[in-house]
Amino acid sequence: MTNQDLYILSPELGLAGLALVLILLDLVIERKQVLPIVAVVGLAIPLGFSIALWFDLEGLGLEDSILVNTLEVDKFALFFKFLIIGVTALIVLASTDYVKRFSRFRAEYYSLVLFSAAGMMLLASAIDLITIYVALELTALPIAALAAFNRDARSAESAMKFLILSAISSAFLLYGMVMVYGFTGSTSLGDIAARLGEVGLSPETPFGSHALLFGIVLIIAGAGFKLASFPFHMWAPDVYEGSPTPITAFLSVASKAAGFAVVLRVFYMAFDIPIVSVEWSAIFAVLSALSMSVGNLIAIRQDNIKRLLAYSTIAHAGYLLVGVAAIASRSADGDSSGPSGVLFYLGGYAATNLAAFTVVIAISERIGSDAIDDFAGMAKRSPYLAGVLGFSMISLIGVPPTVGFVTKVYIFGSAVETNLEWLAIVGVINSVVSAYYYLRVVKVMYLSPAPSMEPIGPGLPLRLAVLVAFAGTAFFGLYPTPLLKLAIAAAAGLVA
Amino acid sequence: MIEESAVWLILFLPLASFAVIALVIRPFLNRYAIAAGYLTIAAVGGSLMLSIWALGSVEGRGEGTELLWVHDWMQIGAFDFNIGIMLDPLTAIMLVVATAVSLMVQIYSTGYMKGDPGYARYYAYMSLFTASMIGLVLASNIVQLFVFWELVGLCSFLLIGFWYHKPAAAAAAKKAFIVTRVGDFGFLLAIMYIFFNRDSFGGLNPLEITDIHSAATLGLLGGSVATWIALGIFAGAMGKSAQFPLHTWLPDAMEGPTPVSALIHAATMVAAGVFLVARFFPVFEASSTAMNTVAIVGGFTALFAASMGLVMNDIKRVLAYSTISQLGFMMLALGVGAYGPGIFHLFTHAFFKALLFMGSGSVNHATGTFDMRYMGGLRKAMPWTYATFLIGSLSLAGLFPLAGFWSKDEVLADAWRHGELVGQVVFWLALAAVFMTSFYIFRAFFMTFEGEFRGGADADPDTEPHGEGVHLEESPPEMVWPLGVLAVGAVLAGFAVNPTTDLGIVPIHWFTEFLGAHAEDFNIVLAAASSLVAAAGIGLAYLMYMSKRVSAEALSLSLGPVHRILSRKYYMDEAYELYGVERGIYGGLARGLDWVDRAVVDRFVTTVGWFAVNIGGALRQAQTGQLQAYGVVISVGIMAILGLYLFFL
Repeated sequence: MTNQDLYILSPELGLAGLALVLILLDLVIERKQVLPIVAVVGLAIPLGFSIALWFDLEGLGLEDSILVNTLEVDKFALFFKFLIIGVTALIVLASTDYVKRFSRFRAEYYSLVLFSAAGMMLLASAIDLITIYVALELTALPIAALAAFNRDARSAESAMKFLILSAISSAFLLYGMVMVYGFTGSTSLGDIAARLGEVGLSPETPFGSHALLFGIVLIIAGAGFKLASFPFHMWAPDVYEGSPTPITAFLSVASKAAGFAVVLRVFYMAFDIPIVSVEWSAIFAVLSALSMSVGNLIAIRQDNIKRLLAYSTIAHAGYLLVGVAAIASRSADGDSSGPSGVLFYLGGYAATNLAAFTVVIAISERIGSDAIDDFAGMAKRSPYLAGVLGFSMISLIGVPPTVGFVTKVYIFGSAVETNLEWLAIVGVINSVVSAYYYLRVVKVMYLSPAPSMEPIGPGLPLRLAVLVAFAGTAFFGLYPTPLLKLAIAAAAGLVA
Repeated sequence: MIEESAVWLILFLPLASFAVIALVIRPFLNRYAIAAGYLTIAAVGGSLMLSIWALGSVEGRGEGTELLWVHDWMQIGAFDFNIGIMLDPLTAIMLVVATAVSLMVQIYSTGYMKGDPGYARYYAYMSLFTASMIGLVLASNIVQLFVFWELVGLCSFLLIGFWYHKPAAAAAAKKAFIVTRVGDFGFLLAIMYIFFNRDSFGGLNPLEITDIHSAATLGLLGGSVATWIALGIFAGAMGKSAQFPLHTWLPDAMEGPTPVSALIHAATMVAAGVFLVARFFPVFEASSTAMNTVAIVGGFTALFAASMGLVMNDIKRVLAYSTISQLGFMMLALGVGAYGPGIFHLFTHAFFKALLFMGSGSVNHATGTFDMRYMGGLRKAMPWTYATFLIGSLSLAGLFPLAGFWSKDEVLADAWRHGELVGQVVFWLALAAVFMTSFYIFRAFFMTFEGEFRGGADADPDTEPHGEGVHLEESPPEMVWPLGVLAVGAVLAGFAVNPTTDLGIVPIHWFTEFLGAHAEDFNIVLAAASSLVAAAGIGLAYLMYMSKRVSAEALSLSLGPVHRILSRKYYMDEAYELYGVERGIYGGLARGLDWVDRAVVDRFVTTVGWFAVNIGGALRQAQTGQLQAYGVVISVGIMAILGLYLFFL
């Protein structure tokens, strides 16, 4: 391994190193409040390496590296690294109030989050099926442990469910990968694409061959679990409800983003050949429509804010899949705004959803309840927090001038471009339906009488997290261009 | 040469002031509400300085050029949406007018609004309004312009209804919002029409104002396309600038605080309609139908509104009708192609009309009423208000050498020279309006300041006094100073156009040529004629209300039916109420829609809602919490997809 190889891996290595440092530090220091500070400040290391890589992309010399055909460092991967580092930093900040309820293992909590984030970053770079699988497990296992961190029955149940269902879906995924390997003789995404061009797929059979049909459908199932897309979404509400709330936020944003990185990578790199892409694009389109519809319809009936947000993320997985499905006309003019739409949407969604979750963390922690009805009169008790939560609900619906609006317009626009008008219409109808339950939260906060006038008063780090997430939501809603340009540049690397 | 960031700062200073007042001062520091006023003054003052810099930079660049800073906002499909700044002579002048008048009004308001429980809220709205107005004139693109256009409308609504506990104020705010909305709908249709006709722009971005200009001047817009766009835009302008038949909201808007009337309903927002027509002037020029419509509507409004101003007893309503009439002057100028004079009249009007409104506020501060029948004799008690009001009145009447003289004369001269029938018609309409204008404003002047004092609010049965009740003395200095500054403007602003000789610091035709418009020579005969007409109006007012040699009562009795029609404002409010609202909307449209709503929409929505809730409930049943069930669902999902492909596709 040369220095150059280390440099290529430096963001992930830096993050994992930081996690180890935290555990060691825990042994020697008494004041545990230092830990999150070290974690957040330490995130500057992987961030710095990622930024350096962004500017060094030209002369990186990946071809000579031992990592060739295993890991790709391009703008696409780096976009996700930035996103994941940002989300992780906010999650650490938002956890500072929450971890006070754990008497022990605070360092382990933070380092597990960082390990999982390292897995996600690796996932964004992986271009080999085996690497993808390993990175996926690195992502999932720490989350199973974190889900159990509350050490009560609910928390343990949710961790158990996550672990077992994650294992089942991994089994499906592996089985699918084996099928693809058996058909093409390679695990590297680039080689698979090349091989598919050579073998001569039969136009009569769906996907050109039954082996590919089974392989791809099983990969979709395995990846669908990560995305929490219908019908692989059932774990999400239970796990979200039982996990510590910051972990729920982490799952709903970072884990989903990493899932989409894998899906885009695998399907746009390996299965880009038209005879195949027509089929998987149709499957994703249908799953997208079902995900948003099912997510939104069940969310209407929820009384618990965490479960509501769980169904909301299922619906948003549906909106995001619109961009994945929007590939149909790409072969015609060589360019689709689908992938850039997914990245753009993920950026906006991360800011919005974190704004919502950080406020929920603050409020639930104080009032000791996740029931929506207990948020009554919050606008009087804590006008700023209620304002941020209300604003993020508006953004999740997709109303201007929020980031939720511009990202939705863009991603539905990509569907219209690729002759998926019906999917765009389903998406718009779903946005309207979703207004019902999002606005209910606003209504309870603003119109119901407050049981007490005591302000919520979150700690400083949590306030900072709320502020940053809100600023992102508001800023990119008014001026989305920087984010959009970044997303377009990143997606261009993917399809090149 | 001004920097882009400095131009943005013009917009962001008052916006920041709004944010600080709304988010910090009002919730937490309402005890120090007084700070809100100073903050707004500082912000608007800063904007004024930067606006003057901007004006200087644009002037230094020479004629008819613009500074353009455009940024990508978002790209959807192959279409670019941009945001940016367009700083051309028109924008620069509007910036200076809006910020200068706004600054005077903010200073004046510290006295007028003193002790009002909504002091901080007032300044929050005023800051937001100033920012919106600045954003409106800076916009480089029609969608951006529309956003600020609507924000301006919103602020107008909030400020008219500022004393929302007064039913009349609440009703007036609603009326203003709804009536202008009729026009805004036309504007919106124009934007949509432009967007759907984007192919005819030949590669230009149809939402960028400069590209719209290019398309119009290159003749890319076929006759009917330009006409429809122009008429849609003009509909929006008619609503905001209160042109017939959408003028009815402006007199009612006088229910708002008087400084608000001075800023919004005299100097700036109502002028936004004129600005809008000027902004898209090349499109109008591409269609003679549109130009003639603008000229006729403007000319008719000028006379029509002036005629109602003759008989009003409320001083603010006299000024309100006067404003409508003067806006008609500006529109008719644009309609006959006199771009420079139209904007010039906007410029001078902003000073003397704001001055007159603030003078009426000063009078109200002392007497507690706006009804001129209960005023009189204020000359001695309020010498400064008297003097400045006189200057404003002379300027409005259009007497040499005040600002109003120069601008009104330019408008008349261009209408006279227009050469076609339309020009002749609007010229005579305008000349008749000049007579009425000088009459009504001096009627108001004599009734307010001369003769004996007639009791003020104590005698007026309909008024609840504002502020401290009747106390006949000059208003506090923070109210008098702005009057003085504006009076200087009302005297001197006319020399900016300078049609006669080179004055050294102001070259000949400076204003017109700065705007890149064609300047006509000064027409001494027309100027003399219009001055004579104006003097005749003042003379008649003197005879009737000062020396009382002609009895106003006898005259109004002998002209009974006419007087009644005028004082009932041609029964247009009643007609709108009866035919528009009662029979049209409630009786016809609403009844029909109500049926559709209940029988079709409600039933559909209820059914969908029923399905949504119940399907949601049913789907939720699957969420048993049983781990095995979840695994089964995943497996069944996979098998369903595979089965579909293997057996059906």
